[in-house]
Amino acid sequence: MKKTRTIKVDYLARVEGEGALYLRIKNDAVVDVKLKIFEPPRFFEAFLRGRDFREVVDITARICGICPVAYQMSSAQAMEDACGIQVGRSLRQLRRLLYCGEWIESHVLHIYMLHAPDFLGYADAIQMAKDHPAVVEQGLQLKKLGNDIVKLIGGREIHPINARLGGFYKIPAKSELAPLVEPIKKAREAALKSVRWLGKLPFPEFEQDYEFVALRHPDEYAITEGRLVSNKGLDIAIKDYENHFAEEHVEHSNALHSVLKERGAYFVGPLARYNLNFDRLSPLAQEAARDAGLGPECRNPFQSIIVRGVETLYAFDEALRIIDEYDAGDEPAVHPREAVGYGCTEAPRGILYHRYKIDRGGIIRDARIVPPTSQNQKTIENDLWRFAAKYKNLPDDELTWKCEQAIRNYDPCISCATHFLKLDVVRE
Amino acid sequence: MSHPVIIIGIGNPHRGDDAAGLLVARRLKNRKLAAEHAGKAIEVLEQSGEATALMQSWAGAHAVVLVDSISSGAAAGTVHRFDVRAKPVAAKVFGCSTHNFGVSEAIELARSLNRLPQHLVLYGIEGKSFQPGEALSAEVEKAMDAVIDRILDEIPDTTG
Repeated sequence: MKKTRTIKVDYLARVEGEGALYLRIKNDAVVDVKLKIFEPPRFFEAFLRGRDFREVVDITARICGICPVAYQMSSAQAMEDACGIQVGRSLRQLRRLLYCGEWIESHVLHIYMLHAPDFLGYADAIQMAKDHPAVVEQGLQLKKLGNDIVKLIGGREIHPINARLGGFYKIPAKSELAPLVEPIKKAREAALKSVRWLGKLPFPEFEQDYEFVALRHPDEYAITEGRLVSNKGLDIAIKDYENHFAEEHVEHSNALHSVLKERGAYFVGPLARYNLNFDRLSPLAQEAARDAGLGPECRNPFQSIIVRGVETLYAFDEALRIIDEYDAGDEPAVHPREAVGYGCTEAPRGILYHRYKIDRGGIIRDARIVPPTSQNQKTIENDLWRFAAKYKNLPDDELTWKCEQAIRNYDPCISCATHFLKLDVVRE
Repeated sequence: MSHPVIIIGIGNPHRGDDAAGLLVARRLKNRKLAAEHAGKAIEVLEQSGEATALMQSWAGAHAVVLVDSISSGAAAGTVHRFDVRAKPVAAKVFGCSTHNFGVSEAIELARSLNRLPQHLVLYGIEGKSFQPGEALSAEVEKAMDAVIDRILDEIPDTTG
């Protein structure tokens, strides 16, 4: 008997941006899966041409309301590379601190407001808050600290205004950072409890064989700099990114799909970082991960929520270390020259690559921006193929919800992906 | 002894009528309200509308007035007044963005957590255009003055 099931979600909820999902099951086999991104393309790479090189930091920050710092850092790194300068240790640490604030803001928003409701069976965080007020209160407390860090270093909670090429418009004195210390210590305690709580959530069995790609650094859990590595042999400098990765346009998405030229789909973000850099996490973060039931390797994307919790804890730990060692430094002058510059930093959702070509007068001639969510699209679709195949015997509404949850494992930021969720499941 | 009143103007200064809430706050600040309502603690804030910052800013307040622009299909310049304690706020009226956890989420989350102030009134000014650029439409300009008058009239009722 022929039977076709269609699972359709016209408008994906609890993801940033506008996307839809289409799944077709024919005679008990999954025959089609599409993550449709219909967020309108935004053409940043095009309109950056002709702008002044110093403007990248503020312009690209507008690509995203949740991860503007990531854009500011990747663009600054790429432009500074083009100009042949490197910012000194003190300012690099300050940038890392700002980035920690953003990781906290972004991860906590996702964990508590967007993803935890799935694991506990609630339609949204507001419903969840009625039965689990303490959990949501904890999330709000953590997010507030993230906001406070970004506001102090970046000058504003959303679209920070203080970052620029070469450093910052206003470099804080050590005494200005001191008031954060006690609140961060308390938040770190809450973040630790949070990881333990996350470890107890129910996780579907779904281990997959992924190629994880992330930055790796000799001394730190890579956020702002490093080489690009994978668990399947990739180990390249950032400037060689385009020799190994390609973008392609698929009909059903306004966001370009990224592939590794040699091997196809790959996976970026917290789970990739965790798998490739576990040894670089602070002892507290490693211990918390173990207490939550994770080893140094984790291949179940549903457990990304635990890893986001671990990274949040790490970010608080790291923020305290940076504040403790902080000593305000000098800023280099940044002069343009005709060159191409490369930048790649770890946005909350994964590697964010920028490349700019500028002329002698500092005018941008060409821009390339590859956000993490574009890079994860194929992997998301692959997950959906395999997940739907494994759980196809669930009734449609349950399967639909689980597929949405599977998409949310990647904390997609669709606005970013379309800088340049409607799940249709058709069962035939 | 009066309880604190907080008036929060919410918006985006770079998107046409979306600046309305912020500009109402600025005009109220210029009015030097403390002098007009002697002895009453009135604070005027400007916010972008991010949910956690919003909830933080009204923590401990007895009475809160929020002002934001909305897009509900009514005529431009229409002023809507919502008594938030009485009734939930429709997400699609205030939550036009898929990129933000905003005003209606802040209110409903606070309601779930028993974190709503004793009095919470939300003024929505129907916008005409939200295009990038800064000009306010004439209808919204006019509506802003009406909202300011109504807020000032209500202050005695919500304090002390």
